[in-house]
Amino acid sequence: MRPWIEKQRYLIDYTLAALARRKARNLGLLAVYALLVFMLASVSLFGQALRQEAAAVLADSPEVILQRLVAGRHDLIPPGYLEKIGRIRGVQHQQGRLWGYYYDPVSKANYTLLVPAAEAPAPGHLRLGATLARERGLQAGQPLSLRSYGGKLFTFTVDEVLPASSELISADLVLLGEADFRAFFDYPAGHYTDIALSVANPQEVRNVAAKLSAALPDARPILREEMRRTYASLLDWREGIALALLAAALLAFAILAWEKASGLSADERREIGILKAIGWETGDVLRMKLWEGLLISFSAFLLGLVGAYVHVFHFGARLFEPVLKGWAVLYPRFTLVPQLDGLQLFTLFFFTVVPYTAAVLVPIWRAAIIDPDAAMRG
Amino acid sequence: MTRRPSARFGAFLAVLLLLFLSMLADARRLAPPRQQEQAARAALVQQLGLSDLALFTEARYTRHLSLADLHSPFQDHPLALDHFPSGSVVPPPPARLPHYAPLDRETTLPD
Repeated sequence: MRPWIEKQRYLIDYTLAALARRKARNLGLLAVYALLVFMLASVSLFGQALRQEAAAVLADSPEVILQRLVAGRHDLIPPGYLEKIGRIRGVQHQQGRLWGYYYDPVSKANYTLLVPAAEAPAPGHLRLGATLARERGLQAGQPLSLRSYGGKLFTFTVDEVLPASSELISADLVLLGEADFRAFFDYPAGHYTDIALSVANPQEVRNVAAKLSAALPDARPILREEMRRTYASLLDWREGIALALLAAALLAFAILAWEKASGLSADERREIGILKAIGWETGDVLRMKLWEGLLISFSAFLLGLVGAYVHVFHFGARLFEPVLKGWAVLYPRFTLVPQLDGLQLFTLFFFTVVPYTAAVLVPIWRAAIIDPDAAMRG
Repeated sequence: MTRRPSARFGAFLAVLLLLFLSMLADARRLAPPRQQEQAARAALVQQLGLSDLALFTEARYTRHLSLADLHSPFQDHPLALDHFPSGSVVPPPPARLPHYAPLDRETTLPD
């Protein structure tokens, strides 16, 4: 065993000395490679943590939300709907929800105005999401004036700013009382935006949804399971920007491998010829190059992965902010629960370390099996 | 006596592995307090009856993604492009796809 280890150490010594001869090129390669791993690992870690967050946070969202559609568009729930739903077997509890959107020309942002089912603010008062309060520079006790779509100015007092740790779900929320909501939007009495339902037996949710669709043909039930599934494909590698990033990374990788495969320089070719002429076997040359591939790719993997972890879980994935924010004015500040599972790390390792190491070996093998004399002549 | 390159690289690798282990330890350290914050968010979702994350506030169909339908992003005309950048990060609600998706594959465009 010991002679084998000693031999590998000598091979590594030689490999490192050879790498040091082309220091700038190899350091550049390491940096680009680490950046590639950093990008892929950031998307992977951020996507997984965000999907887990959505699954955990939305676990207790309404069991069924019932919307009414008129001519293919979402419409208000008219009076009498709630009673009809109450007569359907399996429905345990139904609650009309009042919420809507408001575009604030002052901050140029969209707000979501919502009436909480319990503990609604008193008339003339409201509670705000922390992102919105920060954007408008508001604190508890200060007034907020909003001009309604009818042109009337409403002035509210901010009772409370919701905790900053809840920004991911409450960034643009404005909580207010029912009377204020109806007056502000000139909402017809007895009408609701949609209905939240709970079902007595969770196994029966699909049956109840089918019954609702049959009893109210213009209604569309949305199940909690569907709400959660919506976020299960957030930043999924098969979708949108993540696929574009992955494709770009794979292309960069292909170029890197192609450069290695076709661009074996005359110097490297001569070096292999000399090594073989002084007695190295083909296997030794391959082992030496295998070490080279492994040393570079393993270092790049570790550097990229640790960098991605710090970026996602300590700096809130700042680099993705412009992409996720899009044209929105309000963007929540949030921290995610670190998620590092073995399979995810192994997949990253496999797709970044193995292809490079393999790509390095093929051209070297082709060079190493030819006659040393021919290799040295180039 | 100068150290062999393999020994120097070994030290470099040891530093990287130490960073990797510190990352694992840091994840374990950060998880409990952040899980508490997550539980508080879940409680707020239950209390207010929320259905979506407030991640994309730019358009109403991305703000409440699970309540949207496939037509919302393309209101101007059926072949319009999605106006908002967040459409490139998050796909339409999967539950809506079986109802709408076959239509666009079965429909032929007139000449």
